[in-house]
Parts: sequence; C-alpha cells; structure tokens
Amino acid sequence: MKVRLVDLAHTRSGDKGDTANVGVIALRPEWYPVISAQLTRERVAAHFKGMIDGDVERFELPNLNALNFLLHGALDGGGTLSLKTDAQGKVYSTALLRMVLDVPDAEAKAAGMPEAPR
Amino acid sequence: MTKKIRVASGQGFWGDWLEAPRRQVEGGPVDYLMLDYLAEVTMSILQKQKERDPNMGYARDFIGAMESVMTAVTERGVKVIANAGGVNPPACADAILALADKLGVRGKLKVGVVTGDDLLPRLDELIASGHALSNMDTGEPLSTVRDRVLSANAYIGSTPIVQALSQGAQVVITGRSTDTALTMAPLRYEFGWKADDWNRLAAGIIAGHILECGAQSSGGNCLYDWQNIPDLADVGYPIAEASEDGTFVIYKHPNTGGRINVPSVTEQLVYEMGDPHTYITPDVVADFTSIRVSTDGENRVKVHGIVGREATDKLKVSIAYRSGFKAVGTLVYSWPDAMPKAELADRVLRERLERLGLKFDHILTEFVGVNSTHGPLAGSPARDIPEVQFRIGVRSNSRTDVERFTRELAPLVLNGPPSVTGFAGGRPKVEEIVAYWPALVDKTVVTPQVEVRS
Repeated sequence: MKVRLVDLAHTRSGDKGDTANVGVIALRPEWYPVISAQLTRERVAAHFKGMIDGDVERFELPNLNALNFLLHGALDGGGTLSLKTDAQGKVYSTALLRMVLDVPDAEAKAAGMPEAPR
Repeated sequence: MTKKIRVASGQGFWGDWLEAPRRQVEGGPVDYLMLDYLAEVTMSILQKQKERDPNMGYARDFIGAMESVMTAVTERGVKVIANAGGVNPPACADAILALADKLGVRGKLKVGVVTGDDLLPRLDELIASGHALSNMDTGEPLSTVRDRVLSANAYIGSTPIVQALSQGAQVVITGRSTDTALTMAPLRYEFGWKADDWNRLAAGIIAGHILECGAQSSGGNCLYDWQNIPDLADVGYPIAEASEDGTFVIYKHPNTGGRINVPSVTEQLVYEMGDPHTYITPDVVADFTSIRVSTDGENRVKVHGIVGREATDKLKVSIAYRSGFKAVGTLVYSWPDAMPKAELADRVLRERLERLGLKFDHILTEFVGVNSTHGPLAGSPARDIPEVQFRIGVRSNSRTDVERFTRELAPLVLNGPPSVTGFAGGRPKVEEIVAYWPALVDKTVVTPQVEVRS
C-alpha cells in the first residue's frame, strides 16, 4: 500500500554550516517502527539526489519516536555564502515529507495508516 | 514544597518579538528571564559596529527589553541572563547602568559582566603558539584566512554566569556564551549542581535547547496540527520549571496563545540537531536519545530521564572572516506562460553576463513558486501557474563584477520577455560575505572573567 510520509510524520529542520538537519517525528507512536524501517539512509539519500552534494547520516531517537537526518552539502555553501532562498535549510524538512512509502498491506492496515490518494 | 525554579525565554534571536520579555515577567511569576541574542554571524556584525564606534558592539534591542522589565528586576527580584554583550559586554553593562540611572533605580541594580570569550586580540599569539584553529569542516588552518578575520569568539559555558549570580548580580551580560548555558547556569546556581553532575547539567542544557529559540517550542513555527494552534497573535513564550533532580516542565503563562504539547516540544528538540548521542557543550556532553517527554496537563510537558557525560577538553570557537561579495535580485513574471517567460529571462541574463566576461564563483537561479524550496522534488509547475518569481544570485571575489551584475537585472524589464513586474525595490544590493569558520581550541587557553558592577 502506498502511504505518504506527510500523513505519518511531522518534521523540523535547521542548519549547521552547509549541512541541513531533518528531524522526522511520527504522528503516532505505533507508526514509528514502520517509519524507522522505511526511512533508511539510502532511501533518503536517493530522495534528495540532485539536491545535496554530500553524504546522508541517520540517527534514531526511539524515546521521541523520531529520526534525525544530516544532509551534508545541502545548502549551497550554507550560512552567508549560500545564494539559496532557504540558505538555512529551514524548510528542507518539508521536502522529505514528499516521500511516498510502500508499506506491506497488512502492516499498514494493522497500524491504521491512511492510504495515499490515487 | 520542594524548590522549583522558573526560567522564562524572552528572546530567541536578535530581532525576535519586542513584546516577549515584558510579557514573560508580567504574565505570571518567574525567577529568571533568559534572552538569547546571538547567532553565528551576529558577532561579526557587532564587530563591524564596534570598529566604527568603540562604545558599540552589543545587541541594542537589549536596552529596550531591560527598560520593559526593569521594575520586575528591581522590585520583584526577577533576574535576567542575556548574551546581549556581543563583542562588547562592558559597554552593554554601561548602557544598562545608564538606563538604571535614567529610571532612578541605579542604587537597586547589580550587573554582572562576563568577558574573556573574545579571542580576536589574541589570534596571532594563539597561532604562533601552535593553536592552528583549523576549520572543523575542511581541516584548513586559520592562517589561510587570517588577514580576513573579523571576529573570533570562544563559546563559553555556565561557570562564569554562576559566579556572577553568586556575587549578587541581578542582570548577567555575557558575550559568546552558548545559548544553552544561559538557561542551565541559573539552575546550576540555584540547586548547587556540581560541575561534574553530568546528568543534571545535561538536563539544564536540554532545557536551554528547548527555550533558546523562543516560541519555537510553544506553537511558533510548529508543523504539527498547525491549523489548530490557538491565538498565535498572543503567543505565550516557553518557561522551564525545573526541580533539583534535573527534571523540568515546559509551560507558558495562562491566557496566552500558542500551544505546548509533546509534538511542539519534540519539534524544537530536533531543531538544528547533529549527532543526538553527542551534543557537545563546554559544560557537559548531553545525550538527546535519553530524553523522555510526557504530557503534564494542558500546555505542560514534562521532560525527564536525561543523561550526560563528561565534557571535552576543547571549546568551540566561532570565527567570522570576509569571503567575497554577493548579490541576489528578483523579477516577477505573470500568466500566461509565466514559467517559460521566467526561464527565458534567466537564459537572456546569463548570456549577457557571459558576454561581459564577468567572473563569478557561483550563479544560482531559483523560480520562487516553483522550485526554490523543494528543487526538482516539486516537479513541473502547472501550465496555468498565475505567476513566478525569477530569483538569481551571484557570488564573486570581485566587487566590481557583482556590482555590474546588479545593473543587468533591471534592463530586462524593457528589453527581456514580457509580463514582468516586481522591480520596485530597485537594483539588488551588493553584500560583503562574512563567512563562518568553526574551530576548536584547548579549554586551558580561555579564561572567562566576571565583574559585578553597581
């Protein structure tokens, strides 16, 4: 079943130099394991291909039902060097929310996940 | 009843809501008002101001904030901790004492001043004695940009603030303290936390992280259920009510807008997060994966379970240096065919820049309304999109070339694609780029000083 990340999580992001961080928080605790399994470092790196120059790092915060991603080389040099509108990566996290996940039907139904509109 | 200390956040950056400090001391009882003014580039701006006038170099908003809360400080014993001193904490303290004179409360006010973070006068000595101050991101030694350095400040921790409080200061003004120390220090002072009580110190740091961006933990910039966050016009800023054991509750004054709940606090916890296991501060290394948050009534969130470990033997240094010039300009194209018109404008402008032989390290085009925030993930715009903002920026070491770029945008209004507007602001402004150079230095070379004036 296709499930939109925007229906499963809320996010906030910020910057450190040329690195944007994206914190992803499950809207329901029971969705965290599915989100954590789906949002691998590789998938997030593939999602942002063409938008970032560097590596992606991934950290888990199970107490907070959250993941943290560091997207290196995401901000056109970052800080004052950057020419981007979003030089400080403030809304980078919303770009992650565009992901659509492929969750096994039984798992998605058991967790009460909303199906993506067709 | 066990002792509780309430630290109220009244400013999340220089430029934050002018109403917030006064609202925090008038909306209900608080013990401390914490005001954070410094971002990474702020120090260099303040350094430039100090070069022009040796009595400047601090966050001047702080004077107005102090005026709005002075009665609470002198009559009700609310204490203020602020990093408003920028690159000139003594001048900031003088300005506050002058304000106290004007308000007739000079005899009732003790101001603590923390200095010693400013490494600019000592840079050559430090480099000569083997402190390379290498860039933490690139590894390059500072000597490569030494002649372009504008400011250099070590991030200092809670100890000097605790000292100022124990000497009776009611207002403590620091330079480049860490944002989080401004909240942790009063808790450490009030509860007598030991300098190696890592778990409690880490709890104080995390309370500071939740407070340091003002309303960002109380409903501001909160994505979770944002449509239903009540009355943002009257948003209440967050307050940490801490206990001796390091647990604390985040709440806001009654009858204020915004909303404090587990999602709003969690969003702030992940803001600007690096490796959550290792949040390094001068006082302690905090582990954000240990944090537990739970609901503690309406608009109250309890934070507990926090674990910390021994601090490192380094301090982070924030260095700002001149790094060329940039300019960004915009034009707006309207329906029909707004996007193709904007794209043609981009091609035309770039061709002209190339023919002029201008040298740019970087040119960046964005189409606002189409791809400026989500890039290619946003897909193609709708054919009938009503308007698109063409936004182009350049960067170069040559001021002349950047200046010439700023003259090339406006002509497009008459000699480029049609249906163009939005140039009323005039030519783009050339900005000197002040870049950020993060480095580490041995703790032993930085000795903060504390002075309490009355």
